[in-house]
Amino acid sequence: MVHRFHLDDIYMAVDPCSASVHVLDEMAWEVIGRYEEKTREEIAAELSEKLGESPEEIGACYDQVTELKERGLLFAEDSFEPMAGELKKRTAGVVKALCLHVAHTCNLNCAYCFASQGKYHGERAVMSFEVGKQALDFLVAHSGSRRNLEVDFFGGEPLMNFDVVKRLVAYARSIEAEAGKRFRFTLTTNGMLIDDEVIDFANREMSNVVLSLDGRKEIHDRCRVDYAGRGSWDTVVPKFQRLVRARGGKNYYIRGTFTHANPDFLEDIKVMLDLGFTELSMEPVVCAEGDPAALTAEDLPVVLRQYEDLARLMLRREREGKPFTFYHYMLDLADGPCIYKRISGCGSGTEYMAVTPWGDLYPCHQFVGEEAFRLGDVWQGVTREDVREEFAACNVYAREECRTCWARLYCSGGCAANAYHATGSVRGVYEYGCELFRKRMECALMLQAARAMDGDGKA
Amino acid sequence: MEHIKTLTTRNLCESAKKGGCGECQTSCQSACKTSCGIANQQCENSKKA
Repeated sequence: MVHRFHLDDIYMAVDPCSASVHVLDEMAWEVIGRYEEKTREEIAAELSEKLGESPEEIGACYDQVTELKERGLLFAEDSFEPMAGELKKRTAGVVKALCLHVAHTCNLNCAYCFASQGKYHGERAVMSFEVGKQALDFLVAHSGSRRNLEVDFFGGEPLMNFDVVKRLVAYARSIEAEAGKRFRFTLTTNGMLIDDEVIDFANREMSNVVLSLDGRKEIHDRCRVDYAGRGSWDTVVPKFQRLVRARGGKNYYIRGTFTHANPDFLEDIKVMLDLGFTELSMEPVVCAEGDPAALTAEDLPVVLRQYEDLARLMLRREREGKPFTFYHYMLDLADGPCIYKRISGCGSGTEYMAVTPWGDLYPCHQFVGEEAFRLGDVWQGVTREDVREEFAACNVYAREECRTCWARLYCSGGCAANAYHATGSVRGVYEYGCELFRKRMECALMLQAARAMDGDGKA
Repeated sequence: MEHIKTLTTRNLCESAKKGGCGECQTSCQSACKTSCGIANQQCENSKKA
């Protein structure tokens, strides 16, 4: 089964199992659509009439499809399933990324916060240096032969515990050479406490900085308010602009959340661009069904249209020499993930864990506070092998729905937390999220095709 | 006449031979934190196929 789609005048076919991507003319589009059901002669006769082309030309097009099939680039069989558990088996017990919840408290009171204002449905707390240091030691000790280790300072608002963040980075730097490791740090912040010291530190030590901004002032200030109910847009925007200007090209993302209040989120992206930001991410809200912020069935077509219009905007701006990045449209077709990565699932609960201020380990930041998923702690390590096993078994073949999805090698089975919150099982499927993901991939692939054709001087 | 333009993509069968080093970024450990995918991950295998 080959997935065909088009956006404007770009017609494409994606072969799900080889992850090959083809740009088609109208004839190839029609031939591929019939290829599995009809013979060469039947297709030539049928299309000759429909397209007004000679049967010989249609036959030649059919032969091109056949050649691609013989080269394993169309209608390929899925031969990867036996490898699905292999990578995780080979790397069992290896942890390479931690999300450090250095502050389960926040100086904002955002209505839609999946972490319930940073508290994760528990007590307010900040992580001590000793707990954080133990977490880093745990990571180094369990990282096997991995050289690149990732640590995200997360919350709540991590800058409410900035002193510990600085001390932990200094500690990590002091041990990385001897341990043969390289730490890559990320800071995710609402921006309220950004000052010159934070900017200098973040730009020196953080491989990536994620800055929370929802776009339009009225949209941002609707949810992202302080405890007195005052919006934070006017405070954080100038701080983000200063930080990004000083960043000197290092990675950052302006990361927004869209909700039922702004399914037309492209307007928010345009505001981000007007503010001078070019590295952008915009994410659907994560909240319980029935929550006023939750995206509805009526929002879905609006959201899907935003993704298409966003791709068109990106292309237009690229052609005008004003490019920008959208996180979900980054796609490196020639040099992307290997097949193991593509079928192994997201890594939560196995190579990636979240650490609470008290040193408890959870499969990821979105499971923190769900006591049934507590894996262990940073002193004793993982003590709930059954939970780890449950997450280790999450891969692209673990869900029946994924087996026939054309986008499975781009998504790797999706988000366990989304699945759990939508269905009650980490092996469930959050179909709404799947619809958004597939649309994002179509748009990202269309952009690749458009760039390739621009490069050929055809567009 | 060419009716199909095939974009250059990584050969996944070849990637099975030398892949799986695990050095690449963890899927969710980047910008989104709420909706994972692996399509935008970079391969960091120095010996990749």
